[in-house]
Amino acid sequence: MAVKSCPECVADVVVSETIERNEIIECGECAGELEVVSLDPLTIAVAPEPEEDWGE
Amino acid sequence: MISVGIVGGAGYIGGELLRLLLGHPEVRVVAVTSTRLAERRVDLTHPNLRGMTDLVYTAPERLPECDALFFTGSGTSDPAARAELSARGKVVLDLSPDLRLSDPEVYRRHYGEHPTPELLGSAVRGLPELDREALTGADRIGVPGCMATAAILALTPLTEAGLVEPEVVVDGRVGSSGSGASAGEMNLHAERSGVLRLFAPAGHRHEAEIAQATGTTPRMAATGVDAVRGVQVVIRARTVGEVSEREIRAAYRNRYRDEPFVRLVAQKRGNYRLPEPKILLGSNFCDVGFAAAPGTRDLTLVGALDNLVKGGAGNAVQSLNIRMGWDERTGLGFPGLHPI
Repeated sequence: MAVKSCPECVADVVVSETIERNEIIECGECAGELEVVSLDPLTIAVAPEPEEDWGE
Repeated sequence: MISVGIVGGAGYIGGELLRLLLGHPEVRVVAVTSTRLAERRVDLTHPNLRGMTDLVYTAPERLPECDALFFTGSGTSDPAARAELSARGKVVLDLSPDLRLSDPEVYRRHYGEHPTPELLGSAVRGLPELDREALTGADRIGVPGCMATAAILALTPLTEAGLVEPEVVVDGRVGSSGSGASAGEMNLHAERSGVLRLFAPAGHRHEAEIAQATGTTPRMAATGVDAVRGVQVVIRARTVGEVSEREIRAAYRNRYRDEPFVRLVAQKRGNYRLPEPKILLGSNFCDVGFAAAPGTRDLTLVGALDNLVKGGAGNAVQSLNIRMGWDERTGLGFPGLHPI
């Protein structure tokens, strides 16, 4: 387990060792969606908001 | 195990105390008083407790000596009788307004003449998040009002950190159980149902408790809403200078990090992004949260709780737990219901 800081609210976010790149996790405090943007070093960022045609 | 009694147990706070104390592993309820219902079963007025107890109401004059005695605020208004009853408890927890304020003039302004003014300032406030250390040695505890509790807990992290101006506006919303179990004409279903009753458009009496606890100068209005239980306070405040949303959040997080019954709820997503009393009903939680208006110094602070639990009986039981050296969560584990 690694502990990172939520880029939105700065709360501690526990990240599993088995997490994969681009996986979406959730901050337990602000409920913001966070994306794992790299594994080495482990980096998380606010996940992009879905846009109208996202995924189409 | 200690013996406990409840003075004035036929009302809603009395019923809630009974519900919590009958499930508490460290106490035995030995008496619940009611003048009007003496010798009648307590589950006559508190039917949710059927099968949990065979207690009957005791006339106040027959109240036995107890290790702890809860005063609900109903049952006796005669100061001499009240003093005599208080003497039968080693630890007294008073949920009425009688012990909440320390300044006689402030009390008079909000409640009129105090029946026994020498009691003012004699009790430790029963708000564990602010008074935990003092409660460990307290034999007389004054439990704060429901809306005051929500407002104090919503304000405290920011006032203690010096982040907000003292002038705040408090808008309280409360369910009908907050006005007690004695029905008047205005509480007939035909009159009460569906209303948003702005019963205190200004100067609500809980202003005094909020001011005393937080050092603010609150202006408070209160509305009775179409719900049986629940309190939500919405507070408008202004930051002292420029304060970031992260600093506000950090103040809440740091102040309540180890509190078992206060949760920070200020979320980006979900159906309940700010404190909502509906999902707290029956629980001892007080949820607090905030929203900042971008580019301004304006803050909206929110506090929510069940007026009969964290706003009354639950707070009293939590205070007793601390006073007796027990885990303060004892008997208070119910998390609330969803959906409800």
